[in-house]
Parts: sequence; structure tokens; C-alpha cells
Amino acid sequence: MAMLEVKNLSKSFGSTEVLKDISFTVEKGEVWAIIGPSGSGKSTLLRCINQLEKASGGEIKVCGKDMLIKNEKGKTVYAPPSVLRDIRLNIGLVFQNFNLFPHMNVLRNITEAPVRVLKKNRSEAEKTAMELLGKMGLSDKAKAYPCELSGGQQQRVSIARALALNPEMLFFDEPTSALDPELTGEILKVIKELAAEGMTMVIVTHEMGFARDVADRILFMEGGVIADEGTPEKLFGENASERTKQFLQRFKNN
Amino acid sequence: MSAEEIRKVFMILLKYLVPTLKVFGFTLLYSIPLGMIVALLKMCRVKLISWITNIYILIMRGTPLMLQIIVAYYAVPMLKQSKNLPGFLNNMLSAVNIQDESFMFNAVIVAFTLNYAAYFAEIFRGGIESIPKGQYEAAASLSMNKLQTFFHIILPQVVKRVVPASANEIITLVKDTSLANVVAYAEITMKAKQQMQNYSSLIPLFIAGLFYFVLAMILTVISAAVEKKLNYYK
Repeated sequence: MAMLEVKNLSKSFGSTEVLKDISFTVEKGEVWAIIGPSGSGKSTLLRCINQLEKASGGEIKVCGKDMLIKNEKGKTVYAPPSVLRDIRLNIGLVFQNFNLFPHMNVLRNITEAPVRVLKKNRSEAEKTAMELLGKMGLSDKAKAYPCELSGGQQQRVSIARALALNPEMLFFDEPTSALDPELTGEILKVIKELAAEGMTMVIVTHEMGFARDVADRILFMEGGVIADEGTPEKLFGENASERTKQFLQRFKNN
Repeated sequence: MSAEEIRKVFMILLKYLVPTLKVFGFTLLYSIPLGMIVALLKMCRVKLISWITNIYILIMRGTPLMLQIIVAYYAVPMLKQSKNLPGFLNNMLSAVNIQDESFMFNAVIVAFTLNYAAYFAEIFRGGIESIPKGQYEAAASLSMNKLQTFFHIILPQVVKRVVPASANEIITLVKDTSLANVVAYAEITMKAKQQMQNYSSLIPLFIAGLFYFVLAMILTVISAAVEKKLNYYK
């Protein structure tokens, strides 16, 4: 079953086109990695699907629900707000800079949305949150404030926060880019565990080795277009495009 | 002045601490919420609204509070005398009884509130704009609506950021209450001036100064305590 269908998506900031004719389909349980040089539109793509940016054209379908469609006149229109809200609940988002709420402790960070948005009662939400924290290896940090945690711990809390709404899909926008190199491992481990559980995920990343290990499919973006797409075997193998090889070469050299 | 006279003056001024604190308290009570509303209006995307709000803030901050108090006090009686006012304004004015005892107090409070709301608005706006965009995006990605985001995510963080600047403003307000004596509102400064003339002595003025100083001290201690209490996160 297709969880995410993107067709001919485009996005412009003023006269600058940052996304051009992007199409891909994510099936249930798949893990996609989006790689590419800085400024290639990777994050913008995630943000368009997550409604943090307004797309300029194309179509997006999330879990079978139309989010962005072309109407009879050929104009690109968004679904009504109630549908958009429903769709958003299907997607959890993990940010590069965690964006935890600094004035709330870890438990409150995770329970805030289930209590306010899903109207769960607090004790039930806290029970779920504690289970998630256990999974993240952070049971002892429930009462801590974000400023008391390391970057890796903050990022694990933000993953738990996204999972607390029980989304169908999880998006990661460069989840390890703000972390010290020795802390990236703990985040990649969590993502691998989620992949093993069958979570559908789309991950924008600069961790090439990780993308190769965990992803079912890889999108290579450059200049706002999909420059190459396929399985890790293809992109990291001999059949990749010249440009992909050239891009990946730099990482192999490091 | 004899010790007995000083004690007498002290007791008189202590009595007029009440009207001073009334101006202080009611101004805070009205100007803080109004300031929050003005801050939001100034950030409004409708250009006309933010433009009008801007002019209001410019006038309030660009002219002396003392002048504003005089205008607030004399505006109604002056306008009542003029003949060709539009009907609705006439009706509004006739509803105000300038003989009423509370009229002077109300006029003073109106001037103080409008003036301080402008200052608070700028402090609050700075606080709201200093919250990183990522906080709004995180709330949005969790499907929180605009009201939930503002009241549960943004506002609590704004409060922490505006406490030091607001405390500054509040301490200034304690001393600014003395400006109300310009329309003969009976508060500490006005009474101190009368006592000075009574006794041909500067001592009543020093006693008045002492009152303001102690009030400012108390507020300083309170604001430090509030800052400390909000320091549970960075």
C-alpha cells in the first residue's frame, strides 16, 4: 500500500525554483533516504510534505488521502483544513535542531500533543510516554528539562515525541547533523530499530554509510530535481549515474 | 523640624501611599493585558492594523506622560464646551460626569494605562519575536492549532524573556505615579510638596523619596525572585 505519493511536485521561493517535478512513491514499511549536496532541496521537500512550506504545484497523497491536488481548472489546491490536520497526524517529524519545548520537562514534551490534540487523558498519555522513553533508553530522564540533556538524548526525546501521536510515517530532517560525531551512533541505532519494526520512514541525511545500510530506496537530489533514484545496491554500485558516483566518491574518500 | 513634626508628616504621607499604590496597581492591571493585545495587533499581517498600532505607540512614547495626563484630564470638560460635535460623541461625553469624585482618578488611570501599554507592547513584541521559528514548526508538526501553540508553547517562554525588561518598566511606574500631581491628584508627591511649604523644610520631600525608594527596593527583590523561579530551564 502506498503511504506517500508525490507527483510532479514543484516549489518556488519568489522566482527561485527549489523543487522541480519531483515524483516518488513510498510503500508501507519502506525506508527512504534522501541524499544530495546542501541546497539541493532535500529539506524543502520534507517540509512541503509536512505542510511547513506551501508547495507551488503538483500532487501529494498521504495514506490514500489527497493533500495537494490539481482541480478541474488545472490549479494546484490544498485539501480543506480538517483533512490537512488529519494528514498531518499521519506523519511524525524529527528536526535537525530537535526543537524540544525548553520550558517543559521530557515527559511533558512528549505528552503535550497527545493530551491537547488527541484529547487523551494525562495518565494514559504518560504511560505511553514512559514506554517510549524506555524504548529510547531514557526512562530515568522523564523529569529532566531539555537543557539538562545531551544532543543525542534531546534527539531521542524528539523521536519519542513524534511517535507519541502514533503516526503512520516518520520523517527525519538531517537528524544527526547538529550532533557531535560520537553521538550520531545512538540516533542511527534508534532509527535502525524503528526500521526493523516496520516503521515507514523518510530520512534526509548526510550519513552515506547509514543510508546504504538502512534504506530500502535512496533518492539523490541535486538542484531541486531527482538526479538519481534506486536501491542502495544500485546507487552505491556500478550502475549509478556518473554524477551520483562523483558525489559519493567524496564521502568514500573521507 | 522636630521629631514630632517629622512623625506627623510621615503619617500623612503614609496615608497618601494608598492613592499612589492605587494608580500603580490599576495601571498594571490594565496596561499589561492591553500591552499584550497591542503587541499582537502590531504584528498583525493586515497592514492597516499594524500601521495604526504603530502610530499609537509612536505618540505614546514620543510625548511626555505628564502632557498625556493633562490632556486626559481636561479633554472631556473642554470638548463638552464645544458646540458642533457629532451626536454620538456628544452622547458619550454627556455620560461622563466631571463633577464625580472618581473622574480625576479615572482620567489619570486612562493616561497611565495608554502610555504604559505602549511600552509593554514593545517589550512583549520583542519577546514574542525572539522565540525561534522552530518552536512554531515543532508545534505545527504535532498538529497543535494556533491558539494551543500560542498559549502553551510560545507565551510561557515569552514570559521568562520579558520579566527583566518588564520589571524595569514596573519600577519606573512606581516613580511615575508622582506625575499625577500635575492635575492635583492627591498622592505622596503632592502632599510632600504641601508639607514642604507648611514647614518651610525639605524634609517632607526626603520622606516622600524614601517611600518611593522602599517601593522600588521591594519590586527589585520581587523581580529577582521571579527571575530565579523562572530559571528552571535555559
